[in-house]
Amino acid sequence: MKRISNSVVTVVISFCLVAGFSLASVAKAENIKVGAILAVTGGASFLGGPEARTLEMMVEEINANGGINGNKIDLIIKDSGANPEKAISFTKQLIEEEKVFAIIGPSTSGETMKIKNIVEEAKMILLSCAAAEVIVNPVAKYVFKTPQKDSHAVQKIYGTMKDMGITKIAVLAGNTGFGKAGKGQLEKIAPEFGIEVLMAEVYDKKATDLSAVVAKLMANKDIQAVVNWSIVPAQGILAKNMRQAGWDVPLFQSHGFGNIKYVEAGGAAAEGIIFPAGRLLIANSLPEGHPQKQLLVRYLIDYETKYPEDKVSTFGGHAYDALTILVAAIEKAGTDKEKVRDAIENLTGVAGTAGVFNFSPEDHNGLDINSFEMLTVKDGKFALYHK
Amino acid sequence: MTPELFIQYLFAGITYGIIYAIVAIGFNIIYNTTGIINFAQGEFVMLGGMIAITMHSVMPIPLAIVAAVVITMVVGALIEMVFIRWLESPSVLRMIIITIGISILAREVALHIWGESVRALPYFIGNEVTSVSILGAKISPQVLWVIGVCSLMVAGLSLFFKFTSLGREMRACAANRRAATLCGINTKNMVTLSFVLSAGIGAVAGCVMSPITYSDYSMGPNLAIKGFTVAILGGLGNSVAAVTAGLLLGIIEAFSISVLPLAFQDAIATSILLLILFVRPHGLFGSSEAASLKEF
Repeated sequence: MKRISNSVVTVVISFCLVAGFSLASVAKAENIKVGAILAVTGGASFLGGPEARTLEMMVEEINANGGINGNKIDLIIKDSGANPEKAISFTKQLIEEEKVFAIIGPSTSGETMKIKNIVEEAKMILLSCAAAEVIVNPVAKYVFKTPQKDSHAVQKIYGTMKDMGITKIAVLAGNTGFGKAGKGQLEKIAPEFGIEVLMAEVYDKKATDLSAVVAKLMANKDIQAVVNWSIVPAQGILAKNMRQAGWDVPLFQSHGFGNIKYVEAGGAAAEGIIFPAGRLLIANSLPEGHPQKQLLVRYLIDYETKYPEDKVSTFGGHAYDALTILVAAIEKAGTDKEKVRDAIENLTGVAGTAGVFNFSPEDHNGLDINSFEMLTVKDGKFALYHK
Repeated sequence: MTPELFIQYLFAGITYGIIYAIVAIGFNIIYNTTGIINFAQGEFVMLGGMIAITMHSVMPIPLAIVAAVVITMVVGALIEMVFIRWLESPSVLRMIIITIGISILAREVALHIWGESVRALPYFIGNEVTSVSILGAKISPQVLWVIGVCSLMVAGLSLFFKFTSLGREMRACAANRRAATLCGINTKNMVTLSFVLSAGIGAVAGCVMSPITYSDYSMGPNLAIKGFTVAILGGLGNSVAAVTAGLLLGIIEAFSISVLPLAFQDAIATSILLLILFVRPHGLFGSSEAASLKEF
């Protein structure tokens, strides 16, 4: 009933505007418009690129199978280039002009934080693909996120360090929202594990050489390990600069390292890097019967078949999870925005690429620390880290 | 500071510095024949690296680099012929805007050809973890390649401008274009040649630095800003000064890390640029009289 009255209103309003315009909106009344703000180009393109490709692939498949409850999806991808100002204007455009049903993205934490209040005021469902915990803590009613929390990643890393007997570390972070939030968490959680952060440095996200800062850190002989927190190519550069300088302390990276291209770029220097990540990267070596196994292997094969020039990464997985969650909620609650929001909040046991999601009104991320595994790089490939 | 640490910083600085200097020399060559700043200079470096990486999948590294340099030079020539050559006495501002447009265009084309991913040429010698020990500091052999190749290029260029008739003709254009025309020098061809040359040296730099810094479609503007700073710092048009200024900036940046947080590294270049523009707009080594005679 409500949908009919909605479309009546749409028709009346549209006739007041332009005749051609109204035809279009009536014809598309059954479609669900999903907006996506992703950093397809620019400094964070290795996040946004796979995310956009994943969404296009999924929407194509969903529509080919008849849509969600018979409603097809209209996907509108906006390329923010990781620029927060662009993200803000695209958000307004998607809400006010395109009148989308929900927004997926942005790819980066900095952008997400800039639009958090805008979507909240507009009562627009946002499923962020960015990792920083501040996105869902404090909880905003309409804001959800699919990547694992950085505090869980930090705890996982510190847990591993404790097992290795490491107590004094150096922290490096990129000057992005993700890097800053991660550095904050690393410094905050360290005392809980009896770990001391001796030095902390922030580098530019476009940094192309870190040998000078490596020299600075290396001069401090007490440092037993380095943790790097960034999503940029500097992750590989740091590894190279450290090993070239002959510094062989363990290098830990954040869950932002989950792209095999970084391993390729780091080459021999990437060997032995330890980092927390979802299970997508080791999907094929998961035991049969693991709740995520089937889905991970399917996504991996689908993605690499459709985009043979690209390798699957956890980042595309975050978009996969966002759309999966949205679809699951729409299947449950129909096409009423408020009901779908409530449905997302009550979703439990939904297997995604990042882990098994159990949302609640207090937890808009829905993942626990067990969604992470510690991985390492062995012979140019990701492998489970064994102590 | 221990001597090893000092050497480590010094080499990091020289590596940055020599790359900045090469970009600055690219600016200078074109500035000398046309009086404009070619803001697409960083894109030549990007193209060199990216083309070499693509070529490397079918041929060995040395051939791939030669091919990349030649292709980039052709691109440089095409850019000049399509966008600059036919302009009848264009204003400096107009030409600068054109080069900014070319830079954006080149980046978009690169994005479509290579996508957004970051690539790298393999190390010329050894791999990512190989290092040589110099006075107690550990340096990647690739750093020596960068320093060696770039120094050779600078030396070669100064010989070219001093001792070959072509080089002298280009310098004549720089000194006074009308007089050069009167002497029978085809100044339009000299301008094309200057684009070819600066595209070439940019491409060489793009290839040797690729294993260290990686190449991606968007690396140009950052390099262009640093190169521009260096060109201004040394005095526009003066290539030897550009090398000195480049090394100076690189070494300042590297050593700044020992006292300042790393995050300020890029702010240093910008601060120097602003300072020099206010205090000595003709550069550290330029003469103010010569600068006042130039249009830009």
